[in-house]
Formats: sequence, C-alpha cells, structure tokens
Amino acid sequence: MSMAAEAVAKMATTAAPVIEARGLDLTFQTADGPVQALRDVNLTIDRGDFVSFIGPSGCGKTTFLRVVAALERPTGGTITVNGMTPDEARRQRAYGYVFQAAGLYPWRTIEKNIALPLEIMGFDRAEQARRVDDVLRLVDLEGFGKKFPWQLSGGMQQRASIARALAFDADLLLMDEPFGALDEIVRDHLNEQLLALWRRTEKTIGFVTHSIPEAVYLSTKIVVMSPRPGRITDVIESDLGPDRPLDIRDTPEFLAIAHRVREGLRAGHAYDD
Amino acid sequence: MSEAVASTPAAPCAVCALLRRIAGGVLPVLTVVATIVALWYAAAIGLNRAWTLDQAQRQGVELTAGEILADAMSQERPVLPAPHQVFDELWATTMGEPILRERRGEYRPNPRSLFFHAWQTLAPTLLGFAIGGLAGILLAVGIVHNRAMDLSVMPWAIASQTIPILAIAPMIIVVLNSIGLEGLIPKSLISAYLSFFPVVVGMVKGLRSPNAMDLDLLRTYSASGAETFWKLRLPASVPFLFASLKVGIAAALVGTIVAELPTGARFGLGARLLTGSYYGQTIQIWSALFMAAICAAALVATLGLIERMTLRRMGLDR
Repeated sequence: MSMAAEAVAKMATTAAPVIEARGLDLTFQTADGPVQALRDVNLTIDRGDFVSFIGPSGCGKTTFLRVVAALERPTGGTITVNGMTPDEARRQRAYGYVFQAAGLYPWRTIEKNIALPLEIMGFDRAEQARRVDDVLRLVDLEGFGKKFPWQLSGGMQQRASIARALAFDADLLLMDEPFGALDEIVRDHLNEQLLALWRRTEKTIGFVTHSIPEAVYLSTKIVVMSPRPGRITDVIESDLGPDRPLDIRDTPEFLAIAHRVREGLRAGHAYDD
Repeated sequence: MSEAVASTPAAPCAVCALLRRIAGGVLPVLTVVATIVALWYAAAIGLNRAWTLDQAQRQGVELTAGEILADAMSQERPVLPAPHQVFDELWATTMGEPILRERRGEYRPNPRSLFFHAWQTLAPTLLGFAIGGLAGILLAVGIVHNRAMDLSVMPWAIASQTIPILAIAPMIIVVLNSIGLEGLIPKSLISAYLSFFPVVVGMVKGLRSPNAMDLDLLRTYSASGAETFWKLRLPASVPFLFASLKVGIAAALVGTIVAELPTGARFGLGARLLTGSYYGQTIQIWSALFMAAICAAALVATLGLIERMTLRRMGLDR
C-alpha cells in the first residue's frame, strides 16, 4: 500500500495532476450497516495518462470513478480534479462519463443523443451540429446520425455514447466498463479504436474493467484494487509504447505485465469468501 | 380458402396474401362475434318465452314452437331484446332520424336522434377528460417533484376513487347548481373526477421510469431539475401516459353517463337509459348502452391512433 503510494508520489512530476486522491475514504450507510467502499485511496493521475482500474466486484473501482465524477461524496480524505473539487470540476465540464450500458435515450436519434449535453450546456445550434459531426467522425459513425438507437448494434451504440462524452471537449474521459456487455471480437475492435482516439485527442482516460488483457493492452498505468474494504493494492506502469497492434498481446513484455496484474489481484483477493 | 391457397403454392400473389390475412385475422374475430350473437339469441328466447307462453295461456291459444320462437324475438318490451331488435332500434334512431328538425320555423336538435343524445354525452366527456387528464398530469408532476405532495396527494387520490360515484354525483350537481353552474360543467367535473385517477397513477409511474443511469448521465452534465424533467422524465413517460389516457377516457364517459342519471337530465345517453327504465323500454336501454360502447370504442381507438403516430415520431414504435 505505502509502496504504491510512494511510487505514485514520485510520479507526480512537473505538470499539475488531473486527479489527485489523498487518504480517500467512502463508507456507504446501508440497511445492513455501514459498508466501506473505499479505504485510504492515494492516487495521482497525470495529464495524458490512460489509467485502468481493475479488480473483482466490490473493490470500489466504479465507486472511485463516481467520486471523481462527483456522483458520490467521499466520507474522508481529499480529492481534486484539475486542482478543483469534483463538484467544481463538473461545473467546468472537466469530464465526459461513459457508463456500462450505452444509455442512449431511445426517443432521440443518435445525433440528438450526442447533442444532449450540448443543449444543456447552452451551445448554439450551429455549434451543436458542427460538434456532432466532428465526434461522429471520430468514432466512425458518419451517416448514422439520423438513426434511432435501436437501429444500431450494441457496439455502435456504445461508440455513440463515447461520442456523446467527447462532444463537449472535456480533457478527461471516465469510462465504467464501457465494453463489458459486448462480445470479445467487437470489444477488441473497440479497444483498438479507443487507443487510436486517445492518441489522437491526447485526453486523460480513467477506465474501469474486469479484464486483465484489456487493462494491459490499453493502459499506461494499471491500478489493481481489492475488495472489502475497497483499496489499491498495486499501481503498475505499463511501458508498451504508444503503438499497440492487437498482436502485442502475445509479446513477453505484455505477458509480464499481465502476470504482475494477476499476481496483484491474487494477493488482494481473499478466496475464502 | 385453403384450397385457393393450395392451388397456387409458390406464386406470391396478392390475392393469396389477402386470403391468408383474412384467415389469420378476420375469421377468428368473426367466429367470436357469431358465437356471441348466437348465445345472445338463445338467451333472449329463453328469457322471453315465459311471457309469450303466459299471454297465450290467458287467451287460451295453443302456440306451435315456431310461433313461440317468433314471438319471443319480437316483443315490444322483452326481458332481453334480441340482437336484431337492438340493431333496428339503433338504425331507426340514428340513420332514420334527422339530427336537426324544423320547429316553428327554426332548426333545433331532434331529441329522437340517438346521435343528438350521444353528442350530449360526448361533449361533457371530452371536456371532462381534458380537465381530468390535465389535472392528472399536473398532480403526477407535483407528486414526482415534491416530497410533501408525494406523501399527501396519493392517499387522497386513492380515497377519492373508493367513494361510489353514484353517491357523490348528485351532491356535486346540487352544490354546483347552487352557485349557478348547470348543464355542461357539472357533468364534465364528474367525468373529470373519474378520469384523473388513472392518469395520475400512469403518469407517476412514467415520470419515475428513467433508471439510475439515465439520471446519473444528466447529473454529469450538471443538468437542472427542469432540464431533467423536459429532456428525460417527460419523454420517458409518454408511453405510460397514453396507456393511462385510454383508461381515463373510458372512465370519463362512464362518469358523464352516471352524472346524467340522478339529475333527471332530458338529453344524453344517461337520460335515454333513465327514461328507458321508467317505461320498461328495454330495447331503448340496450340501444343506448350500445351507443355508449360505440362511443367508448371510438374514443379509445382515436387515442390509440394518436398514440401510434406520436410514438412513431419519437422512434419508440418499432
């Protein structure tokens, strides 16, 4: 724990960190008594990082993302997003959030769905149309703007929801198991596209996943978490370089990192429960 | 039918498709209708023959089975009118009577026309449905957005529906009459009283139908309560709204008819039911009931059409 914290502290270099959590605690009050979802989480995410959060269910990886997004309020410790509180950061449109399901509103066409945040944020119509066109091109959905969500496949719907999160130019993209419900082949394809998108836009991405290969393939930094209480057990820097064809997953470097992630998961997980 | 299809097995002809559609859709419906009519005739003969036999005995006449059958289906005041008697009455009072007739040099509504009576009931029904529907939607919006209303309004709404409308209708009429309101408005208010409830229930369910993720998405945009309402809750509630409006408009029609009963109304379907029962005019009662059913079906079908057009426009109709 402290080793990880030290490693993270060393990492906080010249540029101001995008996300900085210090001693973060979050306890949910439930009918069955308090549940500690996060305990003493220390993490720094720098500009341009692609950070994966991996761990079994209940390890607090989604909760941490929701704290960053100001969808949950921590009960202890501090967290800043772009140097502000999560609430302030949200008002400054610091992040786009992609949920587990595409969550497109079925009564809106794809372009109207993507325009939803733009309408709320008060962009004028011409600007809305321009941005919708831009992000549709970015996620390879040109020509699908007038379709309704049900006319698109699951993978295309999830791409549309990524476009929606990108539409208002937030520098930070928070993704909560965005490809979890999709089949392996579609998932591989979307991972490749996401990586290309990240390289092109130089955004900072926080990505929650269950999948070790997905985490290793995508990330510059892998945060391994363990449950009960949710905490960080390891932070792994991945130096696979920016160009990552899918077959990089068969290289020894890749497998070594994957092995370390697996070891981290095993160490943190109590198998008897 | 099946032979016609079989004779041209591979040809995808329009006639075959039509025949298949008839076999698939119209035939079962016709079968059900025919069964109901047959049962109705049987019941009418069974119920009415006692009177026929009684009359014959008093006059000391022996009747053949055919004569009993014919008489049981053509009495003036049968216990249960036969289908053709009701149909004849319906036809005579709609197609057979002008809606307006001339009296002392001016055209006035013809009280013999069932269309006239139907309109006398439909107008307050539509007004009452508009009032009740709007009240239902507004109450639902209040219930969803205000905790105090959530806790206080729903029990009252439910309580209001447990009071027999037949008991409260005369009181509403009397109270409104004393402040100078009569005719259309009191009928509409009773109709609204019955129709707002299903709209409240359906609309509350619809406004609460968005899931946590849909709501979280708007929170990440720092959307206001008003934006959440207009961009998420309201559109999500539309399918629920239409389902409850269909129940509500049928209830509104019942409300209007009930409102006509205790007041001695002279016009309207309720008035026809009332005068029919005064004079034992069972055929008139049944034809008024059928007219009410036709009106209800037409109202619900119209709403269904609007529903389909709306949902298609919203992309919710697949």
